[in-house]
Amino acid sequence: MSGKLLRSNPQLSFGLGIVLLLVSLSLLAPWISPYDPTEVHVDRVLWPPCKEHPFGTDELGRDVLSRLIWGGRISLAVGLIAVGIATVIGLLLGALAGYYGGWIDEVIMRLVDIMLCFPTFFLILAVIAFLEPSIFNIMAVIGLTSWMGVARLVRAEFLSLKERGFVLAARAIGAPSIRIIFSHILPNAMGPVLVWMVLGTGNAILVESALSFLGIGIQPPVPSWGNMLSSGKDYLEVAYWLSLFPGMAILLAVLGYNMLGEGIREMLDPKRYKA
Amino acid sequence: MKKYLAFRALRLIPLFFGITLISFLVIHLAPGEPTGTFAEFNPKMTKEARERLRAYYGLDKPLHVQYLLWLKKVITLDFGRSFAPDQRPVSEKILERIPITVAINLASLCLILAFSIPIGVYCAKHQGGTSDQFLSAFVLVGYAMPSFWLALLLMFVFGVKLGWLPISGVRSILGWDQMGFWEKALDVCRHLLLPVLVSAFGGLAGFSRYVRSSLIEVLKQDYITAARARGIPERVILYKHALRNALLPVITLLGLSVPGLIGGSVIFETIFSIPGMGQLFFYSVMARDYPVVMGMVVIGAVLTLLGNFLADIAYAIADPRIRTR
Repeated sequence: MSGKLLRSNPQLSFGLGIVLLLVSLSLLAPWISPYDPTEVHVDRVLWPPCKEHPFGTDELGRDVLSRLIWGGRISLAVGLIAVGIATVIGLLLGALAGYYGGWIDEVIMRLVDIMLCFPTFFLILAVIAFLEPSIFNIMAVIGLTSWMGVARLVRAEFLSLKERGFVLAARAIGAPSIRIIFSHILPNAMGPVLVWMVLGTGNAILVESALSFLGIGIQPPVPSWGNMLSSGKDYLEVAYWLSLFPGMAILLAVLGYNMLGEGIREMLDPKRYKA
Repeated sequence: MKKYLAFRALRLIPLFFGITLISFLVIHLAPGEPTGTFAEFNPKMTKEARERLRAYYGLDKPLHVQYLLWLKKVITLDFGRSFAPDQRPVSEKILERIPITVAINLASLCLILAFSIPIGVYCAKHQGGTSDQFLSAFVLVGYAMPSFWLALLLMFVFGVKLGWLPISGVRSILGWDQMGFWEKALDVCRHLLLPVLVSAFGGLAGFSRYVRSSLIEVLKQDYITAARARGIPERVILYKHALRNALLPVITLLGLSVPGLIGGSVIFETIFSIPGMGQLFFYSVMARDYPVVMGMVVIGAVLTLLGNFLADIAYAIADPRIRTR
């Protein structure tokens, strides 16, 4: 990516900067986090931000900064994998519906309509109520309830792409459908999907943190931004830093992914954005 | 219009069956389901609870028969009895919670519309100006803001630090009986102000941007140029010719935002201790009160379905292209 592109597209550069920063912080967590995120210090309970603990300590004397860095790992991993699951499902169903049309399209699109009727948060909570709130279940449930957007997107792309000359040419030389779908049409439909994936990651982080905040997401002592806020809210009046910093981390991460997504969209489709 | 609405109404039927089928599958096919073979080992299910689920779902019958039997009960609003100590019918427990949730969501929708339309119009008029850039920033933050964190911040500032507003419940408990009608109304408004603000915040950003871009799109149309050529004042063009058409897609957006609002109620009702659907749902999930959870999923989806249908009707009334068909 050239410097010129980044200068002309501030959303892209800001978003990319934030995402790269957060991803590298969480990848480097074992080396850069100043303390062990689960280490309890009974003599350092609820310290306000100071030199040794820039973001303060929590009710068990654990370092908030270290917990934020480690919590970032969990949040980002949940976001990425949930979106991965949603993308695979959405791509497959959207491609089938768009390519074959007819009753296949009808069935898949009605399924999308039905899934969109459920208040997503209700559905996720209901499934979590039946399962254990383990990190894997949370990833899977968020993924399974958020593929509808990408399915619609891919279907629309397929509908317009399948009439194009290169697809007709591939069909004329007798290429099998599966090959046309995956190696001819799909690569051309990936632009909007990429945008959706980046935006979806931000959204998945938001959902995970809401679940953890309600106490049915990532379970303590494993730190996640949502469960840090959840235990921090009980100390709202005496220790503002326990609520302030995790919330800012969530806001920053989601903001970063949203800006990156919008930036990529603008990069792929500059015409639409010239006012 | 009748034909259009009849078509839309017919579409609700397969969607309703789909909703119930998926809800049914959620309870039956999820690994570790409460009624399955392994439920015996699930410490969260008492033996009595298992027996009652078994009786309610007719688990000795084949799967499709179970589904049809359950569907028959659902249509008559029979979701069984709650596992909670009160053992009341699920539908009764849910129905009494609906008004408060719907009221708060309607209030926040009104708030969203009252603010987002003027904001969107202003920004479309002054495209690229300071206010427009401010809106873009606000939209970004609005989409990224975790609503529960916003709720905490508002509670901290207005409830704890400034002490202006109450931070939980829908009305005062002390002195409620001594209040006159207007005092009661004011009291309820003060309690609901923060929850309504929190639930409106994200939508406000999204709707403003939507109104803005929709209006900009409409202002590029030929009939606007034609109106300008005829020397019609800009104000009339904007509010009479353009805005009406720009607001049409907003109706659809309203319908689409219903599931988000209902789902979002879980968060703010839990934080502000408001006895609505969201709070009941959260407590039922925590207590593994399966009949209530399932009833809630179905009713939540059906409410969404109705919301979408209402949006269709509103669209048909507002758009002459459909109205006169």
